[in-house]
Amino acid sequence: MYWQKELETMQRPELEKLQAERLRETIKQASHSPYYKKLFAEKGISPDMIKSVDDVRKLPFTTKEDLRNNYPFGMVAVPLEKCVRLHSSSGTTGNPTVIVHSQKDLDQWANQVARCMYMVGLRDTDVFQNTSGYGMFTGGLGFQYGAERLGALTVPAAAGNSKRQIKFIKDFGTTCLHIIPSYASRLAEVMYEEGIDPAKDTKLHTICMGAEPHSEEQRRRIEKMLGVKAYNCFGMSEMNGPGVAFECPEQNGLHIWEDYVIAEIVNPETLEPVPDGEIGELVLTTINREAMPLIRYRTRDLTRFLPGECPCGRTHRRVARFQGRSDDMIILKGVNFFPIQIEKILMGHKELGGNYLITIETVDNNDEILIEVELSDLFTDDYAELQKLSRDVTRELKDELLFTPRLKLVAKGSLQVSEGKAVRVKDLRKLI
Amino acid sequence: MTINQISVFLENKYGTLNQVLGLLAGAEIGVIAATVADTQEFGIMRLIVSEPRRAYAVLKENNVSVHLNDVFAIALDRNCAGTFRDTTELLTKGGLNIEYMYSFACGGKLVLVLRTNNTEGTRDVVRRNGLNYLTENDLSKL
Ligand SMILES: [Zn+2]
Repeated sequence: MYWQKELETMQRPELEKLQAERLRETIKQASHSPYYKKLFAEKGISPDMIKSVDDVRKLPFTTKEDLRNNYPFGMVAVPLEKCVRLHSSSGTTGNPTVIVHSQKDLDQWANQVARCMYMVGLRDTDVFQNTSGYGMFTGGLGFQYGAERLGALTVPAAAGNSKRQIKFIKDFGTTCLHIIPSYASRLAEVMYEEGIDPAKDTKLHTICMGAEPHSEEQRRRIEKMLGVKAYNCFGMSEMNGPGVAFECPEQNGLHIWEDYVIAEIVNPETLEPVPDGEIGELVLTTINREAMPLIRYRTRDLTRFLPGECPCGRTHRRVARFQGRSDDMIILKGVNFFPIQIEKILMGHKELGGNYLITIETVDNNDEILIEVELSDLFTDDYAELQKLSRDVTRELKDELLFTPRLKLVAKGSLQVSEGKAVRVKDLRKLI
Repeated sequence: MTINQISVFLENKYGTLNQVLGLLAGAEIGVIAATVADTQEFGIMRLIVSEPRRAYAVLKENNVSVHLNDVFAIALDRNCAGTFRDTTELLTKGGLNIEYMYSFACGGKLVLVLRTNNTEGTRDVVRRNGLNYLTENDLSKL
């Protein structure tokens, strides 16, 4: 049931003691990097300030901007000859970011991913097919080494080419996929088109689903289409990659591995901790990474801690499914909202398909929002019924968003389906 | 007593109608009658075709939002406006509302394609009054 029972079910006081210990180690380790050495000296930070894990709040934040400014090796805390791999992600603006790993870091990371996979019932008897891009994208190699550590037979299929993916699934008896949600729907559709019923004609039973925030409705739909259990996984390249937090079999929140990171949730404006249970920005401090420790890294991901103990017996805290990025937040007519709120409503109607596009534009000096959504199949020949559907969905959207968006039903297949991350929002507003 | 009608969801976008008709032509399916009802945002094209079930399969395979349902096709004498009125009157007397209706000419006849709010009731009216209805079989011969 557990990959590392002692660590996964450790009592909170003990776990927090371990975190405090590892945090002191991390401060010592980080101060070997040029960036933190200078910063710690300026702010008078030393390991002995940490009496308990809550003292993490005395430490300064690290942002993506800091990573960019110190590109490529300004935050590396070990000699480069001890480093064995780097992952770089390109930004749309400015320098890319880079995370450098020692062999020990990679071992820890593989263990972390193996722990996640074991948690959702995967074993060395499973056949694991990874549909992530490999190379710099951490979902490729991250899952690869984790699945090998678990002992599964791995199929490093990489991204794209649905027909080839399906052939592998059939020929190799794949039981588990790592896949992003928009591609999972697409792959299921291609299977149906080819006359394959994934539930009957393949051995698939589990998928690990990450990279794009998705709603519960979308998860249930994908589970039904593929005849699998789908588990939400969360990762980010700054925190190694996949494995930071993962759902357990309860499918109710993602356990954050607190022997790997210290997790805080703060108000993105004030940077103060939010009351337990409220949504805020996740802030993570690595506590067992040697080559490139990060202190209080602002992830920009929005979530909240789930209260209470998890029936699975793991003591590591759970966060709710991710609500999007603080950068994804749309501000329109003075209201803040996230695309996932819209998705949730659209997915609640079986007449509507999985693809949608939110367009925000300026019309006559007014910001307007247009939501286009594909019909799944035409369920009627009567346009009064179509108009009723359109009205009902619009009303639900209005209740959620507090303003009325323009909703447009479009034909199936008319919104672009990509095999990578789906584009869900187009912001065409003119900045004045 | 009824025939299959194909309905297709159309966006008000250049070329969508042609695309659907192209798919039917490519499958050598004959179009007997067509009508388009539209709003500002979208339209529904209703079609009577030579092989409705095959047409439905072809369109669905090609990712078109399509619906298949039953409608009545009543043949009338073409030169007599009175029979048209008689027919609608029979339906009205039977307590039925006509949801939509369109027509096409065929030989010396005018064929009314219609859907009411009550299929069973319509069946009754057609049977009791001996109206001349077309079947799938008649269509395939057109
Ligand atoms: Zn759990």
